[in-house]
Amino acid sequence: MNPLIPLFVVIPLAGAFLIMILGRFISWLNKYLASVILLILVIFSIYSLVTTGKSLSLYKVGGWEPVHKIPIGIYMVMDGFTVIVLCIINIIGFLSAFYSISYVKRYTAENYFYALFCLMVAGMNGVVLSGDLFNIFVFLEISVISAYGLVAFGVEKNELEASFKYQVLGGIASFLILFGIGFIYWKTKTLNIADIKEAFNTGYDKSFYIFVQILILSGFGLKAAIIPFHAWLPDAHSSAPSPISAMLSGVLIKAIGIYVIIRLFFNMFAISEEMAILITTLGTLSMVIGVFLAIGQWDIKRLLAYHSISQMGYVVMSAGIGMILLSRGVKPEIASLAVAGGIFHLLNHAAFKGLLFLNAGAIEYTIGTRDLKEMGGLAKSMPATSATSFIASMSISGIPPFNGFFSKLIIIVAAVMARFYLLAVLAVIVSIITLASFLKFQRYAFYNKSGNDRIQNIKEVPFPMVFSMVILSIVCIFLSLLVIPEIRDAILTPAIDILTDPVKYSTLILAQ
Amino acid sequence: MTAYIMCFILFLVGLYGVITRRNLVKIAVSLSIMEISTFLFFALIGYIDGGVAPIVDPADPVKVYVDPLPQALVLTAIVIGLATTAMLMAVIIRLYRKYGTFDIREIKNLRG
Repeated sequence: MNPLIPLFVVIPLAGAFLIMILGRFISWLNKYLASVILLILVIFSIYSLVTTGKSLSLYKVGGWEPVHKIPIGIYMVMDGFTVIVLCIINIIGFLSAFYSISYVKRYTAENYFYALFCLMVAGMNGVVLSGDLFNIFVFLEISVISAYGLVAFGVEKNELEASFKYQVLGGIASFLILFGIGFIYWKTKTLNIADIKEAFNTGYDKSFYIFVQILILSGFGLKAAIIPFHAWLPDAHSSAPSPISAMLSGVLIKAIGIYVIIRLFFNMFAISEEMAILITTLGTLSMVIGVFLAIGQWDIKRLLAYHSISQMGYVVMSAGIGMILLSRGVKPEIASLAVAGGIFHLLNHAAFKGLLFLNAGAIEYTIGTRDLKEMGGLAKSMPATSATSFIASMSISGIPPFNGFFSKLIIIVAAVMARFYLLAVLAVIVSIITLASFLKFQRYAFYNKSGNDRIQNIKEVPFPMVFSMVILSIVCIFLSLLVIPEIRDAILTPAIDILTDPVKYSTLILAQ
Repeated sequence: MTAYIMCFILFLVGLYGVITRRNLVKIAVSLSIMEISTFLFFALIGYIDGGVAPIVDPADPVKVYVDPLPQALVLTAIVIGLATTAMLMAVIIRLYRKYGTFDIREIKNLRG
């Protein structure tokens, strides 16, 4: 029993209600309270990252011990992969909350903003920590309902329309997931992920199994905006307030989409080759189509949102390559390399996409527009924003020595070693188009001469916004240290071990 | 088996409604129909023919009980469904105030 685990859900959940109650009486408190709550979570998650290592710790909710080795209570599980995603959620969450202190002044009802923000973090932490299929669904709904509210927070035409679209597609996704969970429970009579794995090991009906996998993949694929399911993402992510866009794009689609897909397909289902090929194809499609949709955009936040689809494609594709190799039972070390590249890119994408959305928010905050054609020459008047966005742009387009280069390099090397030459070539081409698209962003926003009068007398954004952006850009640079073997062994290897070993996760949980 | 097929048909009716209706409120209703079909499915998988409510009676060991877990899951899911429907309705009311119509064809500022 690890007593730290439930705190990741309890603290932000309690914080959300505390903000609502105290914020009514003390109006200045809410903004700092949210940052303090998330700072505590950051400390906890970094502590967990350092101490977890290769071990796996459990928390049995309500103290229900297993009966005859069959788990009956709700389990919360913390392992190598979980702590990485927890760190992403809480660090980006803290920086976005701190950034919001200045940014949210333009909206009324700041209490609701911070309360929903904390609820969203609580939901995501819950999804990541849950070892129980139905609990994943419950926490997922907590986080997406708060996300619906936050997308509509501006209550103007665009925001409401985007939120409506997101809710309808998110609703369909939830029902697909619920159906999938129902089918799994019907056949296995259990909801614990480790126990389901054991039940599937003893035998299953093949056509049923594929049907369930498709249900789960399309449900969580809709939440993760993989390409045939992506229609809601550009609208929702560009309409939300900027710190929320950073959370949605940087964290939410990973925590409730990609994380769950990777966790369930590696650790719960036995990996089958046809599903692995399907996942790789979906990933490749997202990667290629996402970047082509992005290149024609002139609204900065829509451009960044389409790039999110494309970059998530890299993660899904490399996880898929790992699955194909594992299902064939050949070259397990290359499979590990591919999965490592995927998880590394997941981490990197959270850092640089969060930073880019914060930059976009800073630009919108000062000049009040998101249209690239109306900007120009901001580099002189906004040096911090310009410098940090340059770092983030170079990271996302894979320029050495920034972090994006190393993760893309690992993915491409893994694809070549696995002899998927086409995928490797596509990954390189997409990276080049990304570079072109971000050079356009840099040039139009920061360097071109502008004919707009409003741009002449502007100042740099306030301190909290600058602080968040600078910290994230430092994170962007330091994440490239993960390629050094010693650091990689400490952080990435435990996650890869638990994913690529087919039985380790379930045996470790059932043994406790 | 018929019950399962009916439940699946209900799901498809809801999906058809979401895809073809043009009125925002009707889309919300169709989503609710899909939701109900999912709940019905959960209730069905816990059902055992001839089973009684699972209040365990030690004196009668051969009694057949229905599975209580799906019922607990359905209750949780209904509460979540209430929250999502309320949220959707709130957004629809706000949309009506901004656009003055429920017609989805008039509401197209954003293009996916």
